[in-house]
Amino acid sequence: MASSLTPKPVAPPTPSGAAISVRNLRVKYGEREILHGIDFEVPAGETMVILGGSGSGKSTLLRTLVGLEQPSSGEIWIQGKDFASISEDERDELRKKMGMSFQGGALFGSMTVGENVALPLHEHTHLDDSTIEIMVRLKLDQVGLSGFENYMPAQLSGGMKKRAAIARALAMDPEILFFDEPSAGLDPIIAAGIDELILKLKKAFRITIVVVTHELASAFLIADRMIVLDKGVIVANATTEELRKSKHPRVRQFLDRVPEPELTGEIDYLQMLTGDVPPARQ
Amino acid sequence: MPFTDSIGAATINGLAYLGGLARLSGGAARAVFVAPFQGKKFHLSRAVHQAMSVGVEALPITSLISFFIGTILALNAAYELRKFGALHLVASAVAVSMTRELGPLMTAVVVIGRSGSAFAAEIGTMKVNEEIDAMETMALEPVHFLVAPKFLAMILMVPCLTCWADFMGVLGGGLFGVATAGFTWGSYIQATLDALTKTDIINGLIKALMFGLVITAVGCQEGFSTGLGSEQVGRSTTSAVVKSIFLVVMVDLIFTTIFYITAPR
Repeated sequence: MASSLTPKPVAPPTPSGAAISVRNLRVKYGEREILHGIDFEVPAGETMVILGGSGSGKSTLLRTLVGLEQPSSGEIWIQGKDFASISEDERDELRKKMGMSFQGGALFGSMTVGENVALPLHEHTHLDDSTIEIMVRLKLDQVGLSGFENYMPAQLSGGMKKRAAIARALAMDPEILFFDEPSAGLDPIIAAGIDELILKLKKAFRITIVVVTHELASAFLIADRMIVLDKGVIVANATTEELRKSKHPRVRQFLDRVPEPELTGEIDYLQMLTGDVPPARQ
Repeated sequence: MPFTDSIGAATINGLAYLGGLARLSGGAARAVFVAPFQGKKFHLSRAVHQAMSVGVEALPITSLISFFIGTILALNAAYELRKFGALHLVASAVAVSMTRELGPLMTAVVVIGRSGSAFAAEIGTMKVNEEIDAMETMALEPVHFLVAPKFLAMILMVPCLTCWADFMGVLGGGLFGVATAGFTWGSYIQATLDALTKTDIINGLIKALMFGLVITAVGCQEGFSTGLGSEQVGRSTTSAVVKSIFLVVMVDLIFTTIFYITAPR
């Protein structure tokens, strides 16, 4: 296993040369299509932020990227492998090179912080206990949680939980890190600390990072490139500077914080979320 | 929906549910008995921890309930036996009823209340908190990691608890026998041993094993099918208890019938 202190080599690219390449991705929940043909690429070592309002499909996109949802069609190439069509064993091998930080942390409540971080190391490596203990300390130190090994997740604040979750995501020295709403629900100071941590990880380890968020300040700070999702389609895929200058009405509405017109009923709301036109109105 | 369609849909749902239970049990059995020989880790310490919780910690309540059930059985049997002047048969009535039926069944009810519901609540809470998703993203198989230790603990501990419940039930019956039926403790135990056959005990233990399987599968299945929101955890827990009791009784009926046909006393 590579040392956590040395910069990692850039991940083997997909056939297109990117660490992650998504092609014509469609995802359905039952009969309702949530993502309507998504295409984008994340170059190795870069940070891609997926922006979008509530219900735009950004969390579904992230869950599909890490294999928690099955696409109804399309391809997800990660490190040269089509994630959606490889065998379960190959997928598990790929997952060991990926880390995911969930919105609420998703730390195992019955384990201490140290046990949470140590879990993937115990399960996927043959390292002895003392080496794992040292690695756990290193990971917690990287996220500013030195000395919290024996705390239970319930004893931590929201920001500390997110940091502990990031430490766990870093445990296997991943080449790709996924963040779901890393600063949601945190006060601005703690949120800024998480942003700084993401920047530090990117700089120190050259990790490819994908962040789903709707926090604009955070997004513009950490992103190399951003995509804006609206009703399950990408309406913008640009660098931060290009996005600031975008004239796309939905992008402008999102960036300028213009509220939606009032919705009159359930069908309107569903239509807003998915972009589907209800049969009765076709 | 027409009545016949409703019956059809309910039947399909029921079979699908049973299929899900079989799949979950199969996955857990593979994780316990096959995967370790294919180089995959199985942490025995987790199974031991579960066994302590499922078995050892259930001993006091199982003992108490079984003892009382034994006494109640003896009291009820004595009503009829006294009419025929056969009060001395109370020991065999209690022994056979406890080992073949009430020992396994009462143990199962205690285990459902203590452990089946706990499995559903634990896994359901993990599902709501995205811990199951986190497990999958870390390439950890939830069935291997969560269900397999419970599966092993239950198939070992439910039969053990049942043996203990049988013994406590006999003691409970003995209390009545010694107090009112003219037995000494020694003669009561001897009458019990004379009445029991190996088949009685084995049949009871086979039932206990099957009950353990059913309770594990239902508790874990209900946990995994928990919806979004903390109130769903409560629903899953309730559902686990109700479905487990129903399925345990069904399994009891099936196995009692099989034993009746294949190995009459």
